[in-house]
Amino acid sequence: MVMEADKTGQAKKDVIIHVEDLVTGFGSKIIHDHLNLDVYRGEVLGLVGGSGSGKSVLLRTIIGLNAPRQGTIEVFGKRTGYAEGSRMRSLEVRWGVLFQEGALFSSQTVAENIQVPLREYTSMSQELMDEIAAMKIALVGLPPDTAQKLPSELSGGMKKRAGLARALALDPELLFLDEPTSGLDPISANQFDELIGELQESLGLTVFMVTHDLDSLAAITDRIAVLVDKKIKTGTIEELRKDTTPWIHEYFSGPRGHAALAGSH
Amino acid sequence: MTSIDNTAKPDAWFKIEQGVFKAGGRWTIAESARLDQQLRNLDAGPGEAITMDAGAVEKLDSTGAWLLLRTRKALENAGRTVGTLKVPERYASLLANLDHDDKKRRPPPAPRMSPWRYRLYRIGKATVEAGRQGWRMLGYLGRVTVETGEMIAAPRKNLRFAAMAVQVEETGISALPIVGLLAFLIGIVLAYQGADQLKRFGAEIFTINLLGVGVLREIGGLITAIIVAGRSGSAFTAHLGSMRVNQEIDAMQTMGLNTVDTLVLPRVIGLVISLPLLTFYANIMALIGGAMMCYFDLGITIPVFLRQLNQAVDVSTLMVGLVKAPVFAFVIALVGCYEGFQVERNAASVGQLTTRSVVESVFLVIVLDAAFSVMFSVLGV
Repeated sequence: MVMEADKTGQAKKDVIIHVEDLVTGFGSKIIHDHLNLDVYRGEVLGLVGGSGSGKSVLLRTIIGLNAPRQGTIEVFGKRTGYAEGSRMRSLEVRWGVLFQEGALFSSQTVAENIQVPLREYTSMSQELMDEIAAMKIALVGLPPDTAQKLPSELSGGMKKRAGLARALALDPELLFLDEPTSGLDPISANQFDELIGELQESLGLTVFMVTHDLDSLAAITDRIAVLVDKKIKTGTIEELRKDTTPWIHEYFSGPRGHAALAGSH
Repeated sequence: MTSIDNTAKPDAWFKIEQGVFKAGGRWTIAESARLDQQLRNLDAGPGEAITMDAGAVEKLDSTGAWLLLRTRKALENAGRTVGTLKVPERYASLLANLDHDDKKRRPPPAPRMSPWRYRLYRIGKATVEAGRQGWRMLGYLGRVTVETGEMIAAPRKNLRFAAMAVQVEETGISALPIVGLLAFLIGIVLAYQGADQLKRFGAEIFTINLLGVGVLREIGGLITAIIVAGRSGSAFTAHLGSMRVNQEIDAMQTMGLNTVDTLVLPRVIGLVISLPLLTFYANIMALIGGAMMCYFDLGITIPVFLRQLNQAVDVSTLMVGLVKAPVFAFVIALVGCYEGFQVERNAASVGQLTTRSVVESVFLVIVLDAAFSVMFSVLGV
């Protein structure tokens, strides 16, 4: 893709998310054992790993929903995890999060959902908020009448798009996506990948994406982080294909891996 | 309140000079509220042709870009000919991405009605809905009755005794403390008020008659049924509703399990067993409360109390109260289960229907109680 060339061409290495020496766990179970990860400005990073390997936990820890046992997490150069109140707020307005099922507020229409952060953090007039909501709805490729619908009236794919519109409400610099294409049919999943690629490019976003979808990885990520044995290995698809760790080898060289990678070249 | 509005040092600017709209600075969401107000009151000055030059913009996000596009549209609608809209190269794709046909994206206007008409519309809608609701509930009552009858006529071997026992425990035994305490307090209140009035006639002793008949015939059963409707009826709706949200009920149906058999009957039968027992217990507790009040307030000793109570009531008084309990139980369980099955797959639905379930079952319990009173008076019981 165009943006890949663009990114490798530029040697800017501005660290947006910095995770160092992270330890998390529940009870006696350790999930991340002294894990390190850097995410750079303007890249799309895909996080993969087996079921139960702690991908979602890592995402939740970075955005402050889960307290780490040990280690440092910095987003935009500020520590999260232990941050509270207004300091955390000042970070939260700079990132958007798309949860797996969209996590739309079920008692509000899609437009109202998008306006929640606008209402909370800006002094926009209702008129402007309506216009912005309509603009975001169009931006994520939903039909205009979606604005007045309730989340229960939307299909799974539409909910994800609406959730994305809400995540983009405050024009964040950083976007977290938790399995954005899970539960979508391959065509919708492709469209969603394309949408994220397009938005990433035109809005200049940094994207941190948890996914299981090899096609998404091949299509839109610049770099991949593999969560294996409680630690992280990063690299491009090509680099990781040569990796000899059993799980990584299996992942990229299994039948699904082959099909997805063949399709991308 | 945290705000991202940049009010301290406004940075984004625009001006119109000799037919050129110039913009610069940071056109971002933080500046949008201010820019929005100023752009709405934009005075484009004289002339017909106008060009837009946002080349000096340092930072542009989708909100800022959209404000530029909206301004262009507004100028065009005012009859101006707008030339190109120039933005820095790196933001060209963002602008192109947002610059679709505006007509298609505008949401259709919400239907409007005059306030009076709208009120009328709501009353009508609620009435029709209430009628439909009653009709559906009657259908459900029929279904449960038939299935209960079938089960009693020919007990299936898979009759769920364990589930039923669990329901008796949940709705009966666990309710003992609260039902007991409230009945005890009601007994105290009733005895106190009765004594207070009857003292004036020197007829204090008849407080016991009032208490005995009042509690056994009416209050005991009614209070217990209302507590149970609030406690167990709501639990039925919330539990079955969550199961529906979770698609557990769909799963049961696809396995060929009869949901009335497995979910409704244990609850209905369990409650029909436990409510009369609870009512009896509540009666006793209310009488104990009343006896205590009589002792402390009127100095009536326990043996005197019992002798007078023996004269005032007999077994039929107790039975009149108790015979209503299974009917109340049936209605509470039926409404609770029915509403549980009506839950839709969203979080708000469980709450709405739980509320509705409690309101409906309390309503029906009181209506039925009145109907029983009429019936008993006709029968002369």
